[in-house]
Amino acid sequence: MNGKGIGARIRAGGVDAVRGLALVPSMVLGLVLFCLTVTFLPLMIIGIGVLVVPVLVSATRGLANHARRRSEAWTGVRIAEPYRPRPHFDSGIPGVVQRLRWMLTDPATWRDLLWTLADLAVGLALAIMALGFIAEGVFGMLQPFLWKPITEAGDSGWYTFLKVDSDSRAVMAVFLGMAYVVVGFAIAPAMLKAHALFTRSLLAPTKKAEMLLRVAHLTDTRSAAVDASAAELRRIERDLHDGAQARLVAMGMNLGAAESLMESNPEAARQLLSETREASAKALHELRDLVRGIHPPVLADRGLGDAVRAIALESPLNVEVTVALSGRPPAPVESAAYFAVMEVLTNAAKHSGARNVWVDLRYRAGRLHIDVIDDGRGGASLNKGTGLRGIERRLGTFDGTLALDSPEGGPTTVTMELPCELSSPKTSPS
Amino acid sequence: MRVVLAEDLALLRDGLVRLLEAHGCDIVAAVDNGPELLKALVEHKPDVAVVDVRLPPTFTDEGLQAALEARRRVPGLPVLVLSQYVEQLYARELLADGSGGVGYLLKDRVFDTGQFVEAVNRVAAGGTAMDPEVISKLLAHNTQKAPLAQLTEREREVLELMAQGRSNAAIAKQLFVSEGAVSKHTTSIFGKLGVHASDDDNRRVLAVLAYLNA
Repeated sequence: MNGKGIGARIRAGGVDAVRGLALVPSMVLGLVLFCLTVTFLPLMIIGIGVLVVPVLVSATRGLANHARRRSEAWTGVRIAEPYRPRPHFDSGIPGVVQRLRWMLTDPATWRDLLWTLADLAVGLALAIMALGFIAEGVFGMLQPFLWKPITEAGDSGWYTFLKVDSDSRAVMAVFLGMAYVVVGFAIAPAMLKAHALFTRSLLAPTKKAEMLLRVAHLTDTRSAAVDASAAELRRIERDLHDGAQARLVAMGMNLGAAESLMESNPEAARQLLSETREASAKALHELRDLVRGIHPPVLADRGLGDAVRAIALESPLNVEVTVALSGRPPAPVESAAYFAVMEVLTNAAKHSGARNVWVDLRYRAGRLHIDVIDDGRGGASLNKGTGLRGIERRLGTFDGTLALDSPEGGPTTVTMELPCELSSPKTSPS
Repeated sequence: MRVVLAEDLALLRDGLVRLLEAHGCDIVAAVDNGPELLKALVEHKPDVAVVDVRLPPTFTDEGLQAALEARRRVPGLPVLVLSQYVEQLYARELLADGSGGVGYLLKDRVFDTGQFVEAVNRVAAGGTAMDPEVISKLLAHNTQKAPLAQLTEREREVLELMAQGRSNAAIAKQLFVSEGAVSKHTTSIFGKLGVHASDDDNRRVLAVLAYLNA
C-alpha cells in the first residue's frame, strides 16, 4: 500500500472487487460437486458409486487446486497441496479399489469436501462484500433520479438508514452512496485476502498432513540413497577385487618365482622383478582412480571451488568457473555437489555439442546455488536418460533440487540448489 | 647437494633418505609436517626440497602450501613435489611464478631410481620435472584445439617429453633418434605453436606449459 499512488489503489480495489465476483462460479461448481459426492457416496454399496466417486473426487481436487493457485496469483497467499503421493495401482478391478481407498483414506479429500460447502457459506460473503458496497453506493448516487419512481411505486423509500422522500434527502443519499463506493474500493483487497486466508485454513495441508508428506519424501530419498551407496560399495568391491587385489596376488607370485630363480637364472629373476615393479605401478594407478571416484583428493584439500576448477581443467570443453562461497558446505553436501557438477559437465561434453560452459557457484539464503550453462544445441530433457534424473535423485537426499531449462537451439541451463550451512573458512597454513 | 625432505610416512621417509644419500645427497632436514617443513626450508635454503603434498596437521595439501609459501619467501627455491595423485590445478600453481626449479611427480616415479634422481638433479639445477601424467592429460584435453591438431605423431611425442622437462639429448635417447632430429622436431613444434624457441630447457618447458594451459 505505502508508496502506491491513489490511482493505482483505486485500480487495485476495482480489480479485486471484480475478482471477488469471479470467485462465485467456482463456489457454485463446488456446491454441485458437494451434492453429487454426497449423493454417490452411499451408492458405493450398489457399485455405481465405486465408479463415480473417484471421478467426483478428482474433479473436486482439480477445483481445489485451481483455488490454491488462484489465491497465490491474486493475493500471494501460498497454499501447498496436501494430497498423499499417488502410489502404484494395479490394473483392473483391484486397481479401481486401490485408487478409491487411496482417495477416501486421505483426510485432504474430506477437507476438500468441507471446503466446497463452507466456501459458499462463508466465502461468498467475503468474496462479494466489496462489490456489494460499490453497487449499493452507485444505487445511492442515483437516488436523485430514482426516489420519485420508487416511492410512487409504493416502496417506503429507505436508502440504508436514510429515508429518501425529498430532493434534499436524495442529495444526502448521494454523499452516503459515495462513501459506500469509497469503502467498497478500500476494502476489496483486504476482503480478497481474507477469502484467500479462509481458503488456506481449509485447503492447506494440516500439520499432520505436512508431516506425512515429509515422511513420504524422506522414505523415498532414503531408500534411493541406501540403494545408491550399496551399488557404490559393490562397484568398489569389484574394482578392488579385479584390480589392485589381483595385481598384488600376481606380484606375490612373481616375487616368489624371482626368489627361486635368483641362484639358477639371475637374468630371468631380474626380468621378473622389473615386471613386478611395473605391476605395482599399475596397481597404484588403479587405486588412485578408485580413490578419485570415492572422494577426490582435491575436494578434500581445497573444497568445492577449487575441485570444480580442477574438473574444468580436465574437461574437453572450455569451462569458465566463478565461485562465491565464504566457507565450506558439510562434506557430504560438498561431495554431492562435486559429483553433480562433474556429471552435468560430462553430459554437456557428450550430448550438447557445446564449446563453452559456464559454472557458477554461489551461496545465498541458506542454499548452495550451482548454475551450469552451455552454448550447445539445447533440447535436453530430464526423461531422455541423460543421467540428469539420477543427479536429481541424489541431490534429493539432501533436499536439493535440479531444474533444467533447455530450449531447442540452446542454451542449456542446469540449476541445482542444495540447502546447507557453510562452515567458517578454513585458515590456510601460510 | 643439500636436500630438505618432507614425508609423513616413516617407512617412505627412511626409504627416500637412503635413496638420496646413496646418490650423494646430504639430507639437512627430514620432517613430517607442514609447519616444520616451512621452517626448515626458510632456515636451510637447501639446493632442493623433496616434499609430499599431503602432510599433517590437516592432511590436505599442507606440503604444497608450505612449498609455495617458501618459494614466495625464497624466490626460485627448487622444490620437487611428490604426490599419490596429480592435479593440473596444483601443477599450474607450482609453475605460476615462472621462475622454474619445480617438479611435480607421482610417488611411484620413485620406483625408477635412475629417473627419479635425474629429476631431483634437474629441479635443483633450476629446471622442471613434470609428471608424464600431468602432461598427457594436458595434451589430451587440448588435442581438438587447432594448433595441437597440426602436430605429427612424432612431434606430439617430443612435445610430451619436452614438457616433462627433458633435454634434447635425453629425448633423443628415449626415442632412439639423433639429437639433430629432435632439434628439428622442436623447431617445427615451436613454429606450429608460435612459441619462441630458446636454448634454456626450463624456459622452453614453461613456454609450452603456459601455452597449453591458456
